[in-house]
Amino acid sequence: MSLVARHLETNGIPTVVIGSALDVVEHCGVPRYLHSDFPLGNPCGKPYDKAMQGEIIRQAMSLLESAEAANTVARTPFTWGEDCNWRDDYARIDNNSREALRLQGEARRQQQTQDKADGKLRAAMVSET
Amino acid sequence: MAIKDVSYIIKTRDYYRAQGYTTDYLWAQFDTTPFTHLEKPLSESRIGVITTTMPDTEAGRVDRRVWSTASAPIPRSMYTEELSWHKSMTHTDDVASFLPLAQLNSLQDEGVIGSVASRFHSVPTEYSQRNTLEQDAPEVLARCRQDEVDIAILVPL
Repeated sequence: MSLVARHLETNGIPTVVIGSALDVVEHCGVPRYLHSDFPLGNPCGKPYDKAMQGEIIRQAMSLLESAEAANTVARTPFTWGEDCNWRDDYARIDNNSREALRLQGEARRQQQTQDKADGKLRAAMVSET
Repeated sequence: MAIKDVSYIIKTRDYYRAQGYTTDYLWAQFDTTPFTHLEKPLSESRIGVITTTMPDTEAGRVDRRVWSTASAPIPRSMYTEELSWHKSMTHTDDVASFLPLAQLNSLQDEGVIGSVASRFHSVPTEYSQRNTLEQDAPEVLARCRQDEVDIAILVPL
């Protein structure tokens, strides 16, 4: 998505990215980024929390108006909750999951080989299951 | 204790390795970042929305390409299953948590923004940066120009 933002901006359309993967976006570099420090999935606010969702979009609009240079990053004031375990939980690899992941990888590579043979040239990033 | 931001680059690297991939994914990186100033006030601007979620239709679930969907009525669901998000911790049942159309409609009613584009665009997350750079990004730009969008909000899931 960062690549799309850069392309639009290069061609004269100002952009703001709202996301939850700070390191991925900063690694690429985008004109304006609003960071929601949440588990991946709800960068515009917690599900059904309309007040929070409204505030986050307002902040994105404010960032559009205030940013004066590329790579401007802001953070929403919201946290997911007191329990921070979600940070370590995502895509966790441990002795219980290692064999399952290896088998998933084997199955995925077989599928990729088949897709290539079928002329399918597009593939998603690997996703946590 | 200070909260440390999650490193999804490292987590993704380790996840690929655990699945037996021998070459690490190379994330896009550039020396410079483009920047365009707003040409007109927000209150006169048309806002376009771009999402990595796909239309929750038979075609949208299987065909990985740029899709455009009417902004009204707001879709009740989007297809998110293939994307990387924290499935054990949250859900994507409330589209407003990642597709800010309702929020933008409210800002339009208040006069904070000029209008919301009549359609929004889905762009697939791709392993291949070439597919994104050479096909999808130009396609999204062309569609945003057709929509006469002044500003784009991009929300990766």
